[in-house]
Amino acid sequence: MLKDITLGQYFPGDTAIHRLDPRVKIVLTVEYIVLLFLAKWFFSYGLILLFLVCSAITAHIGAKTLMSGFKPLIIIIIVTAVLNILYTPGEPLVSFWKISITKEGISTAFFMVLRILLLVCGTFLLTYTTSPIRLTDGMESLLKPLKKIKVPVHELAMMMSIALRFIPTLIEETDKIISAQKARGADFTSGNIIRRAKALVPILVPLFVSAFRRADELATAMECRCYNNGENRTKLNVLVVKRADYAAIAVGVVLLAGTLIFRHYGL
Amino acid sequence: MSPIIETQKLTHIYSKGTPFEHLALDGVDFSVDPGEFVAVIGQTGSGKSTLIQHLNGLLQPDSGKVLFNGQDIWSSKAFNNSIRFKVGLVFQYPEYQLFEETVFKDISFGPRNMGLSPSEIEERVYEAAGFVGLTEDQLAKSPFDLSGGGKRRAAIAGVIAMRPEVLILDEPTAGLDPMGSRNLMENIRAYHRENNAAVILVTHNMEEAARQANRLTVLSGGKIVMDGTPEKVFDNMEALEKMRLDTPEITQVFSCLRRMGFDVPQSVYTVEQAKSVLLDGKWGLGNA
Ligand SMILES: Nc1ncnc2c1ncn2[C@@H]1O[C@H](COP(=O)(O)OP(=O)(O)OP(=O)(O)O)[C@@H](O)[C@H]1O
Ligand SMILES: [Mg+2]
Repeated sequence: MLKDITLGQYFPGDTAIHRLDPRVKIVLTVEYIVLLFLAKWFFSYGLILLFLVCSAITAHIGAKTLMSGFKPLIIIIIVTAVLNILYTPGEPLVSFWKISITKEGISTAFFMVLRILLLVCGTFLLTYTTSPIRLTDGMESLLKPLKKIKVPVHELAMMMSIALRFIPTLIEETDKIISAQKARGADFTSGNIIRRAKALVPILVPLFVSAFRRADELATAMECRCYNNGENRTKLNVLVVKRADYAAIAVGVVLLAGTLIFRHYGL
Repeated sequence: MSPIIETQKLTHIYSKGTPFEHLALDGVDFSVDPGEFVAVIGQTGSGKSTLIQHLNGLLQPDSGKVLFNGQDIWSSKAFNNSIRFKVGLVFQYPEYQLFEETVFKDISFGPRNMGLSPSEIEERVYEAAGFVGLTEDQLAKSPFDLSGGGKRRAAIAGVIAMRPEVLILDEPTAGLDPMGSRNLMENIRAYHRENNAAVILVTHNMEEAARQANRLTVLSGGKIVMDGTPEKVFDNMEALEKMRLDTPEITQVFSCLRRMGFDVPQSVYTVEQAKSVLLDGKWGLGNA
């Protein structure tokens, strides 16, 4: 069912990685992504992979869970691999008709796919171990300097946390509506495209109606509690950088230095 | 009599294989005879909604079977599809499933999916509207313009219009006013009587369960813990309270009276029964 979608889902836990300050985790993830694009050869990728594996083990996230994010990307990955193999110029390995497969092509394709997979795993590890609320808290805190140039950081963070908060609710609601319409004999799986598109009407209409109703109720509730746009608001959970966070930052620095050195020597 | 619908060792696990795994039904044997009126009670989270979604094949058992007239509903795809029309399921807060431009069209959604002829569809819509007390005026309106109670009736009519042999309702009166609730229950009784349909009613309202049903089934933690006539079930007041369930208020009044030394019967669970017992006069309440 829809519930089984793991994209961006949070798995509650109480490991060192779960407890890290979200700001540290966000910064480390950004660093990890940048390094992925700087990495050149097996050694630098190996170092990054080591970092990922250690983090996943510490967070008690299994390989199966981590890789469940690949499924929707399979097509993109295959297309990337094929295009890179076919269109990278260089020393031809095999060639037939107008197509030639080059040594460079194979290695580019390999690293490209590796890069995408590591990218997905890394970002999923962040969302698996950080609750949406802490994630937006972290973002808000990191983006605070932008307030100086009149970017409505708090409002954006608020909108984002509301949106994140309502994704599970809407998924649950969709599940319920689908079940209710199925109970009246609705069939979503047979017929041509037009029939199937029409079959969505009994789901989408109630879903939109309820989404608007929820939005309206939420707005009223916020107004009743005199919500204002974040002036002088204090936080229930204040973010503090602890010893473990300094350790994580140190690991991040080592990773950065290591990858840059490997890159310098083209490894 | 052989049961019209029956579960055998039915087990359901939500989110199997994830950290959120939850055993919602644990080896449930539940059966309903044709023409029976059964109430399912149990505290919140006990698995009532999960159980009834198995009865019309919306959920697939993790183990165990669901039989309709003795045939496994998962034995073939065609049979599974036809079950939806034979076992009508009204969800909790069904008014949130309305989507058509008019109430008439919305009620006809089920019969249309059954592939009936337009004249047959029309007949069924009017019949269903009659059962739940919707007027011709209301049928022409947009479902979103009806009152909360009206929407609820329209949604229930949408299921009744399929003329199910088993009608299942998940807390149909939640959030309605007392008068509206009583009315709606009478409508459901009428459908039960006139079509000799089996009805399974999920409810948190003990008075309603006691008044309507021939049999009560009590779920707790995904298991059936009690099953029998209302007299038999409400006799176990302590056991029910342990499951955070009530007995009807009138039953509690009578148990108070017993404690005060009046020799009144214990198995009184509707006000009508209480009245006839008290008017019998031999309990001497007047000169106590
Ligand atoms: N889609 C789902 N995914 C995961 N767990 C679920 C899902 N639906 C229900 N559950 C869990 O299964 C258990 C039984 O739920 P169910 O809805 O059957 O209870 P219920 O008896 O109908 O409760 P209520 O009286 O509140 O309607 C609950 O603990 C619930 O949290
Ligand atoms: Mg329920």
